[in-house]
Amino acid sequence: MQDLCKAYMKEALMGKTLFEKVWDAHVVAQDAGAPAVLYIDTHLIHEVTSPQAFSMLRERGLQVRQPHKTFATMDHSIPTRMANATDVIPLEMWGAEQANQVQTLRKNCADFGVTLWDINGEVQGVVHVVGPEMGITHPGMTIVCGDSHTSTHGAFGALAFGIGTSEVGHVLASQCLLQSKPKTMAVNVSGKLERGVTAKDIILAIIAQIGADGGTGYVLEYRGEAIEALSMAERMTICNMSIEAGARAGMIAPDQTTFDFVEGRPYAPKGEDWTRAVAYWKTLPSDADAVFDREIHLDASQLEPMVTYGTNPGQGTGISGHIPESLENPAQQRALTSALEYMGLQAGQAIDGLPVDVVFIGSCTNGRLEDLRLAAGIVKGKRISSGVLGIVVPGSKDVRNKAEAEGLDQIFISAGFEWRGAGCSMCLAMNEDKAGAGKYVASTSNRNFQGRQGPGSRSLLMSPLMAAAAAVSGRVVDVRQML
Amino acid sequence: MASFTTLTSTAAPLRVENVDTDQIIPAKYLTAVTKEGMGLGCFSNWRYLEDGSSNPEFSLNQPQFAGAQILVAGRNFGSGSSREHAVWALTDYGFRSVIAPAFADIFYNNSFKNGLLPVVLPEATVTQLWATLEANPSASITVDLPSQTVTLPDGSSTGFEIDPFRKACMLEGVDDLGYIMKRDAAIAAYEAKPAY
Ligand code: SF4
Repeated sequence: MQDLCKAYMKEALMGKTLFEKVWDAHVVAQDAGAPAVLYIDTHLIHEVTSPQAFSMLRERGLQVRQPHKTFATMDHSIPTRMANATDVIPLEMWGAEQANQVQTLRKNCADFGVTLWDINGEVQGVVHVVGPEMGITHPGMTIVCGDSHTSTHGAFGALAFGIGTSEVGHVLASQCLLQSKPKTMAVNVSGKLERGVTAKDIILAIIAQIGADGGTGYVLEYRGEAIEALSMAERMTICNMSIEAGARAGMIAPDQTTFDFVEGRPYAPKGEDWTRAVAYWKTLPSDADAVFDREIHLDASQLEPMVTYGTNPGQGTGISGHIPESLENPAQQRALTSALEYMGLQAGQAIDGLPVDVVFIGSCTNGRLEDLRLAAGIVKGKRISSGVLGIVVPGSKDVRNKAEAEGLDQIFISAGFEWRGAGCSMCLAMNEDKAGAGKYVASTSNRNFQGRQGPGSRSLLMSPLMAAAAAVSGRVVDVRQML
Repeated sequence: MASFTTLTSTAAPLRVENVDTDQIIPAKYLTAVTKEGMGLGCFSNWRYLEDGSSNPEFSLNQPQFAGAQILVAGRNFGSGSSREHAVWALTDYGFRSVIAPAFADIFYNNSFKNGLLPVVLPEATVTQLWATLEANPSASITVDLPSQTVTLPDGSSTGFEIDPFRKACMLEGVDDLGYIMKRDAAIAAYEAKPAY
C-alpha cells in the first residue's frame, strides 16, 4: 500500500527526471501489465552483431521500416594495422571470417538501404565515436545498438542502451522495442577534480563504489558540479562505462556544452529546426523536485588516479592504494581470489609499481582526440620503456586525421608507439591485436575481463594520462608526478 | 521462438561470480554470421587448456555433468557485452535454464528471446545447491515455469519471480516482434508527429 501510494504521489505531484522525460516521450503504446512499446529514434549497427538480424528479416520477408534511422559502420573485427601511411591492410590480408562479416554488412546495407560508413570511406570508426561525431546523437533521443557501450550516447541526455541481436532485428523491422521501465539512480559528483585526475577516474571510482552489478536495473544520471564542468568527450567516457556497473544506461543533462558540441555537425538540426530543437532540449534536465529511486554521492576532489587490479571493472582502487587483503562478503572474496589468481597478483600488493608489458590507448571510452592529446602530452620527447609494446588506436578516422594535423601521431611514433587505423582493436581483441598470454596491459578501454584483450591477457584499466605514464615508466606509476 | 514450460535435468555447478559474456563466448567466435555451432566456443577459455585439450578441472568437463541442461552460477551472470552469441552458445551447448542469484540486464533479456530460462534464486540457496551438486552430481532439479518453482534435489520446492508478460511469451514461445508489429497503427501515428 505504501509503495502504491508513493508511486501515485510521484506520478501526480513530483517533477520528472531526465530519464522519465525521454522515456515518456517515446512510449508508443503500453498495455496493462505489459512492457512499453518504445520508439527508437536512432539505431546504430556494426558488422558483428547485425548479420543474424538481417537474416531474420529475410526469413520473415520483412523490410527495414525506417532505413534512414539506422547507421552502420565497421569497427569490431576489422584490422587496424596500417599498410602505408593512410590505409589499413587490404581486405585480402584479413581473416576469412572477418572479411566475410564486412562483406555481409556491405550487402545487408545495400539491400536494405542503410547508410554505411565503410572502412574504405572517409568516415569510419568505433560506432560510439562516429555517431556523436557525425551529429546523429542528440539530446532527448532514444538510441540503441547491438553493443553494450551504447550507453556512451547518454552523455548528450539521450536514452541510449545496448541490445541483443534479436532486438536489432526488432528495431530494423519496427523501429520499436518492447521495454520494461528501469529504475533511476542519481549519481551526484561534487567538488573539482585535481590536476592529473580525469573523467575516467570518476567512473572507475563510481564502479568501485557500487560494484560491477551495483547499477543493475537502473538508469544512472550523473550530475553535480564535477559533471557539469566536463567536456563532451569526458562525459562520454563516463556514460560509456555505465554498463560496467551493470546499469541499463547512463545519462547527463544536456546544457550549453552539449549544444555547442552538436551544432553544425552533418546530421545536426539546421536553421529553424535547430532553434526548436534547442528549446526542447532545454526542457529535458531533471526537475528540481524529481525523485530518484536511489542516490549516491562521490566527492571528485578526493579522487586520485584509479587503476583496476582484477577481472571486473569494479575491482579497482586509487594509485596510492593496495589490493585488498581480504573482503568480508564471501562472494566478493571468491571473486577477488579468482581474479588475483588469474592476474598473477597478490592480496595487499601496492598498485603503484604494478608491472606493464603492453600499453593500449584507444576504444570508445578513451579513443577521442582529447584523450590522445592527454596521452601525447605525457610521452612527448620521451621513449616507451624498453620491452613495452605500445599501440595508439584512434577511435575514428576523424580523430586520426585531426590528431595528425596536430602532430600527435609524430609524438607517439617518436616515442615508440605504433600509430594505427581506427577501430576497436585490442579493446576486445577480435582482430589480430592481442596482448599475449600473461601480459599486463595498461589499457584505456573499459573491460578487464579474463582474456578480453587476447587469450590470457591481464588488463589494468586506467586513464589515458596514466596509460601514457605507464608506457614511459614500464610499470604503473602516479602520473601526477610527471605533470 | 523456442517455448519453455517445465524441465527436469541434472545440473552443472559453476562456482563463479560475475561470469561475463566474454567468458561464455570469447570474441574469437564472434566472427560468424550465423547462430549455429556457437556451443563449440561456450566457456572455451575455461573448457580447454592452452594446447587445446580438455581442462579436467573445469566443472562442465567432468563426465558426471555431461548432458546437464541446467547451469547453476554465481551472481551477476552474463555481465558485460550485449552479444546474444552468449545465449546461443549456452543453448547450443545444451543448456535450457540458468540459475543464479542475479543476472545482468542485457543477458537476462536476450535469454528470453531464445527459450533459455534465467531463474533467480537467493544466494544462500545457490550456494547450498552447489554443494549438493558437487556431492551428488546425478541429482536432478525441476524448473517449472507455470508454477514458478524450482524443485531441489532434496525434494523441497522454492519459488522464483518472473515478469508475467515474459512468462506468458516464454510459455507460448511467441516473440516480441509479433506483438510490436500488431501496434503498427500506433507506430505510424507516432512517426507522424513532429519530434519537437
Ligand atoms: S571500442 Fe571496445 S567497448 Fe567500444 S565498441 Fe569497440 S569493442 Fe566495444
